[in-house]
Amino acid sequence: METTRDWTIPGVTIGFAAVAVLGLWLLPDWLMNLTVIAFARALAVVGLMVLWRTGLVSFGHALYFGLGAYTVALLGKDDGISEVLITLPAATLVAAAVGLMLGFIVRRYREIFFAMLSLAFSMVLYGILVKTEALGSTDGFNVRTPTFLGFAPDDAGTTLRTIFVVLCGLCWAVAVLVHRYLQSTLGRLTTAIRDNEIRVEYLGYSVAQAIHGKYVMSAALAGLGGGMLAIALGQVDPDSMVNWTVSGELVFVTILSGPGSVAAPFIGSMIYELIRTYAFEWLPHAWQLIVGVTLLSIIFFLPGGVWSLLARLRRREVE
Amino acid sequence: MSALLEARGLNKSFGAVTAARDVDIAVSPHEIVGIIGANGAGKTTFVNMVTGWLKPTSGRILYEGHDIVGRTPREITRLGICRSFQVAQIFGSASVFDNLMIALGIAEAKGLAALRLLRRPDLADKADALLARYGIADYRNQSAGTLPQGVRKLLDIAMAMVAAPKVLLLDEPTSGISSDEKFVLMDVVMSALKEDGVTVLFVEHDMEIVSRYVSRVVAFYQGEIICDAPPLVALADPKVKEFVIGEDLHNQTLLKGGALQEAPDARG
Repeated sequence: METTRDWTIPGVTIGFAAVAVLGLWLLPDWLMNLTVIAFARALAVVGLMVLWRTGLVSFGHALYFGLGAYTVALLGKDDGISEVLITLPAATLVAAAVGLMLGFIVRRYREIFFAMLSLAFSMVLYGILVKTEALGSTDGFNVRTPTFLGFAPDDAGTTLRTIFVVLCGLCWAVAVLVHRYLQSTLGRLTTAIRDNEIRVEYLGYSVAQAIHGKYVMSAALAGLGGGMLAIALGQVDPDSMVNWTVSGELVFVTILSGPGSVAAPFIGSMIYELIRTYAFEWLPHAWQLIVGVTLLSIIFFLPGGVWSLLARLRRREVE
Repeated sequence: MSALLEARGLNKSFGAVTAARDVDIAVSPHEIVGIIGANGAGKTTFVNMVTGWLKPTSGRILYEGHDIVGRTPREITRLGICRSFQVAQIFGSASVFDNLMIALGIAEAKGLAALRLLRRPDLADKADALLARYGIADYRNQSAGTLPQGVRKLLDIAMAMVAAPKVLLLDEPTSGISSDEKFVLMDVVMSALKEDGVTVLFVEHDMEIVSRYVSRVVAFYQGEIICDAPPLVALADPKVKEFVIGEDLHNQTLLKGGALQEAPDARG
């Protein structure tokens, strides 16, 4: 715990600064768009990573992802609010509030029951959205072009670049805060709970409360990610925001990334988006095959995700 | 001296099986009490009731005069009653040092204090002091999941002591440990616990351990207390000999000082 220096915060600070600056100069619009989608999804994956460290896998975080997305979209509906300083915190708070309520139920379950209960809740929201014509039913509806502290970009390119920079800043803040959280007693209770719930209780801490807190945190991050994705795509619909396939993608990226570091979800999510994009280009009718083979390879050869590969390389350097 | 911990008319049934029947025990501060009994006698059930894992069917458990029946394990821990386990309960994926750091962090984690950084020099010093006191400093950076049995037990007890309890319940601290190691382990544990002035109740099958370390023996048989006396008296009690020590030890006698030895005339 105290023998190796922790480079995470300097690393993510330099990393996100470099991505933001170099990205503005070098990235073509399609790749910048891809990065925005990847980073928005990664925000939700950071929360799932915290749960995974605790030994919990949620197959239903599209519930919070979708809540965040629809909150942003609904606030802007009919010439409503488009200011991201309001819409994004609102998306986060709505998801956190629902997570707080459902947390009282899910914190009592573990393993497959936890995963399936989460999935069930997300499918309830999916069902409601699909049947609600006022929200566009299966087609969804458009999201207002965002404003940033009053600044309203006048073309699509400027909007994309502004979203990109804001998102890089947001991802940096989330990475630093979650890393700091994981270094606290409460943060260390993730792996401790996964290892031995009985000991945690007999040391005097409520496992249920600790899990509830982590669940709310993951819900809030998923809401933030969903809200950001809605702003980036300019459109929300049940299939791309709330369906079980969205939850599956989030779990996929969590496994691909690994639980080793808060930086991992951003790298893993970017890799996933690239794999998916190129797989779709090469095999438009069977791109899922490539994605599936990738997942299998990760499970067999890199069970700790892509981050474990970096950690392995670093260990080799030290030796 | 008034009792620190007291059980009054404690009963516990699991369907038709009675695991505790009218158990009455009063333990004074700083006492070291050995709880003995054959398998299934109700020893661990008693420990589990005192520490909140099981709720008694009836009866009261008083700690510092307050009834603690119905409280959760963590509430009881916070009150000052901690325990170790027959199978050591540790964080297997963390190092020995990190196990103690997490335990220390939890001990001070009230409200927002739980968000304080765990990696702090003051906590690290405390963890190192505990490692030294329990003789496990050599294993400091080893993963707890790979520890030998004796070290796991010591770590388990050290973690239980982090919250500075007034009462410590040890559930078979020497089970699974070789006869060579068990006295070494118990010497380390008991000297550390005596230094802290903690009241100890420990469940034990090994009569040599019991006779050496406790000031009082409580013997269980089928959920009932059949003897509550100093070790010399208890281990010579006919009921204890028959129902706890067993037939194979009938031909042993207790020598002054508490050590068991085969009686010279036992085989004619």
